[in-house]
Amino acid sequence: MAGRGHPVLWRLAQTIPVIAGVVVISFILTRALPGDPAVQFAGLAATPESIAQVREALGLDKPLIQQFLIYCGALLQGDLGRSVVTGQPVVTDLAMRLPASLELTLTALLLACLVAIPLGLLAAVHQGSWIDQLCRVVVTAGVSLPTFFTGILLIYVFYYLLGWAPSPLGRLDFIYFDPPRVTGFHLIDTLIDGDTETFFGALRQIALPAITLALFTLAPIARMTRAAMLGALSSDYIRTARAAGLSPSKVLFGYAFRNALLPVVTTLGMVFSFVLGANVLVEKVFAWPGIGSYAVEALVQSDYAAVQGFVLAMALLFVLLNLLIDLSYALIDPRIGFSAK
Amino acid sequence: MSSPASPSAASGQVAHIVYVLRENPVTALSFALFGFIVLSALIGPYVVPYDPLATNSARALEAPSAAHWFGTDQLGRDVFSRVIVATRLDLTISVAAVAISFVIGAFLGAVAGYWGGWIDALLNRILDTIMAFPLFILAMGIVAALGNSVENIIYATAIINIPFYARVVRAEVNIRREAGFALAARLAGNSHARVLAFHIFPNALPPMMVQVSLNMGWAILNAAGLSFIGLGVRPPTPEWGIMVAEGANFIVSGHWWIALFPGLWLMLAVFTFNLMGDGLRDIVDPRRRT
Amino acid sequence: MLSVKDLVVGFRTRRGAVEAVRGISFDLSPGETLGIVGESGSGKSVTSYALMRILDAGGSISAGEISWNGQDLRRAREGAMRAIRGREISMIFQNPRAALNPIRKIGKQIEDVLLQHGRAGRRDAKAKAIEALEAVKIRDAAARYHAYPFELSGGMCQRVVIAIALACNPKLLIADEPTTGLDITTQKAVMDLVRELISARGMSAIIITHDLGLAAQYSDRLAVMKDGEIVESGASATLFAAARHPYTRKLIDATPRPGVAIRELLPAEARSPEPPHSPGRRKLIEVVGLEKTFAGKSGPVQAVKGISFDIREGQSVGLVGESGCGKSTTSAMLVRLLDPSAGAIVFDGSDIAGIPADRFARDPRRGRIQMVFQDATDSLNPRHNAFDAIAEPLRRLGGMSGKRLGVRVDELAHLTGLPGHLLTRYPHQLSGGQKARVGIARAIALDPDFLILDEPTAALDVSIQAVVLNLLADLRARLNMTYLFVSHDLNVVRLLCDHVLVMRDGLIVEAGPSARVMQDPEHPYTRALLAAAPKPPVLDRLPGETVKAAE
Repeated sequence: MAGRGHPVLWRLAQTIPVIAGVVVISFILTRALPGDPAVQFAGLAATPESIAQVREALGLDKPLIQQFLIYCGALLQGDLGRSVVTGQPVVTDLAMRLPASLELTLTALLLACLVAIPLGLLAAVHQGSWIDQLCRVVVTAGVSLPTFFTGILLIYVFYYLLGWAPSPLGRLDFIYFDPPRVTGFHLIDTLIDGDTETFFGALRQIALPAITLALFTLAPIARMTRAAMLGALSSDYIRTARAAGLSPSKVLFGYAFRNALLPVVTTLGMVFSFVLGANVLVEKVFAWPGIGSYAVEALVQSDYAAVQGFVLAMALLFVLLNLLIDLSYALIDPRIGFSAK
Repeated sequence: MSSPASPSAASGQVAHIVYVLRENPVTALSFALFGFIVLSALIGPYVVPYDPLATNSARALEAPSAAHWFGTDQLGRDVFSRVIVATRLDLTISVAAVAISFVIGAFLGAVAGYWGGWIDALLNRILDTIMAFPLFILAMGIVAALGNSVENIIYATAIINIPFYARVVRAEVNIRREAGFALAARLAGNSHARVLAFHIFPNALPPMMVQVSLNMGWAILNAAGLSFIGLGVRPPTPEWGIMVAEGANFIVSGHWWIALFPGLWLMLAVFTFNLMGDGLRDIVDPRRRT
Repeated sequence: MLSVKDLVVGFRTRRGAVEAVRGISFDLSPGETLGIVGESGSGKSVTSYALMRILDAGGSISAGEISWNGQDLRRAREGAMRAIRGREISMIFQNPRAALNPIRKIGKQIEDVLLQHGRAGRRDAKAKAIEALEAVKIRDAAARYHAYPFELSGGMCQRVVIAIALACNPKLLIADEPTTGLDITTQKAVMDLVRELISARGMSAIIITHDLGLAAQYSDRLAVMKDGEIVESGASATLFAAARHPYTRKLIDATPRPGVAIRELLPAEARSPEPPHSPGRRKLIEVVGLEKTFAGKSGPVQAVKGISFDIREGQSVGLVGESGCGKSTTSAMLVRLLDPSAGAIVFDGSDIAGIPADRFARDPRRGRIQMVFQDATDSLNPRHNAFDAIAEPLRRLGGMSGKRLGVRVDELAHLTGLPGHLLTRYPHQLSGGQKARVGIARAIALDPDFLILDEPTAALDVSIQAVVLNLLADLRARLNMTYLFVSHDLNVVRLLCDHVLVMRDGLIVEAGPSARVMQDPEHPYTRALLAAAPKPPVLDRLPGETVKAAE
């Protein structure tokens, strides 16, 4: 840490080259690849004239470096281009739909952690027992389940066969009105509004997609929790703690679990990568009006500005999440921690 | 290396594999399933009862029966034949993608892990940037940019997998770079390139094979996911992802078999590779057994 | 106070049940210190875990009695055991840094024990924890309370482990290899501290170690373990002077100590006369102003700060120092695996320091300078069998193949005492001593003039170390090789070397003939090193005198 300044600032500084890299890659994806982007951006019903027009409008006749600078300039102003399908700026579309995606993703992640961490913990403590076997099955099945398939299966069972779930179309059944927008999260906004009936409507609607996503997500978390716990439990300091007569709960939670949390938090970055990807598929299956289904729609319609805006926005979101993960890691690990002298 | 054959070592290895398989029947099962999947990819198209593309509107949307084991779809095509025939395409996509990323990732990772320095720093930057994207979404972006075709699905899947291989190999090579046997090989007159290629890399292979197996399942999932959202493979080509997507429209009307069977097969394939990865790890490195 | 009768500890493994401890018995009275000595796999550590009932998964006490002040520890309930652990019987471990929770302040870790056993309340816990740190002579204890293990040195961590163990004033301390991995001067400081604390508190102690000398110096009684059994026990001095069991005898003989020749490490019946060895006049190696600077995270680190020395043909020179003194960097530069930052290495009349390490692999002199590595396991490619390992330099540099190669490898195996049928085995199928022989055979395959031995016996049990050292002495005479023997242990180096160099902080602080340096060290650091080495009672004196010598 010596000579590197405050560790938090150092970590913040590290995101700069990553963001620069993300911008470069997304520029390459938009402009520098084979194929004429002007044809793509002009849309399906393009004429030679309109393509030439688009080329000029996009600055595609200029040198690549200049194009890159123009691209960066536009980004700085929050300009991701205009969607052909909706006719709106891509940024506006994404901002509109982001809360729906976040609400789904975070609910699923919370659900996954609530199941996966205790499961992994129990499996490690009772290694070789039935709960360990269960953990193994859940973990292997979890990573093997295609999310879109799980979603369809759940719809068939809980909507078609049992009729417990509402029809898998969007965030809220049409009999309810959208709550006044505060956070953009229906589950929170309805509570702020005091409208419990709509809250339960939203809850019923989010249950299936969230469970689908959580089933996929809990596997890596449970696997890592179990492995990290096993590692921690077999380490020397646990033997010291036991030899000093500390109580089992102190040894398990105070010593082993806190150490095991470190690798679990590190995996969360990878988990987010999976979740954000799987989110796209789940949104399509459940017609969830988030940015994932927006991107799928755009892809099918060859609305490239929208797709690329979406990819870039997700990358930036993911960089931000990784930053948060690393900062929280530093909170629990003194070796990287803020208390550096 | 021309060395005297070593029967004791070989039999020890076999005994260990037999031990692992007997101890863990699940692993044995996964090897059997793997054989089945490879077989259906190889000879499936020649043995299925119906032409996977032949429509028959008279027998559309029929539930599973003796004539149509997995039922028929909205155009009267035999779901069983389509599911089996699709194996080849799905396996080709994922094997090709994994092979490309294995070769590129292993090379980059080995070079960076052995020489370190600016090569390593540069590679890490590039990998960090790729990993800064949620990978499935990056694949979507790549396909969108390169154009919507099966080859581009393979390239996209390969690119998003490269970081995994590069990292595993980099780490495995790096910990052995200063190992006594690598130094001893240099004292025996080997150049750096030879030490890396003939002494260090073979030792890094077993953990890589585990990674390949685990990654294979993920590659299949990714490719199927991309075709599920309408990228790459186009109808009427039989492919698991797209068949599930088509069947999804009929699930709310109760025609479960159209989506269920391709989804089940997809799941089985991924499950097999994941189980096999776990089993391979047990065989390769008994200490890391979890 | 403690009485162990016919203790049997078994482990369930893949190959069925294994008995790690096979019926051992001993007693310990108040205030007494018992040393349990044994080589790796003798079951000595398992015994201590069994006493504390903290055996790893799969291990269990299958027979015997453990009685602690009348209480039956074998059958005691887990809750009762917890009250005994840390409060009545405590334990310290090897590798002290790993023995502490890496993400908890050391003060808090001591508090945990105090609170658990009701020796402190929420209010006075911190003060008592600081007191415990002061008791183990940690300076500035109030500030250290907030330290994390990674901020402390290995010796300091061991003090913290001791503070945790003694925080509740237990009556018995079990020390399981407490100094393995620590430098020799730190080892002495830690052991002296342990002895002082246990005698001040009137405690009993069990010291478990592979080092017979260390155990003899710090315990009243010794028990020697082999294959899960106690083969002999008795008062330290008498046991050392008049061991009855052949294994004890062998162990005592093999322990390097002052005034003993290299052949005397071997069992009496294996002592052939030492082959004559006389260094020539000609300088084979001339090191002038050798320096190495590494680029560290916080600025450059100078590992070797300009050292000069000569090695004459046929001479054996020892390079001695504690970890981090720059001895390994020096040997890596001499064997031309690492490029020096400055200075010259004149080998046989020409400077080889300027040839980049990368290019030296193809230099005709490559085969003339070879090395035996520290860890035989790590230095053998897991995918090559013994034959290939030995043949590699012959193939690459000797240009040999086919029958000629096979004959030469057989010859080398014979020379190093490796049975021919082991040549087809892979490293994991060989024992530590056999792997060491393969490493040596490989190093001498090309008949090198200059052989660097980098702690070749550090990972070996003491009886195997004795054999390997003697093998090296034989080979030197037979092949007329020049040695540079790098080690942390002056007592080992002295056995093989005519001349020693003592290194500290990248500089050579003392150089001279071995006998002179051992008997009349000039530099205070050399004196500290010699004083820190364990001093077992000398063999051929009477028990009475031995006690005096130990003190």
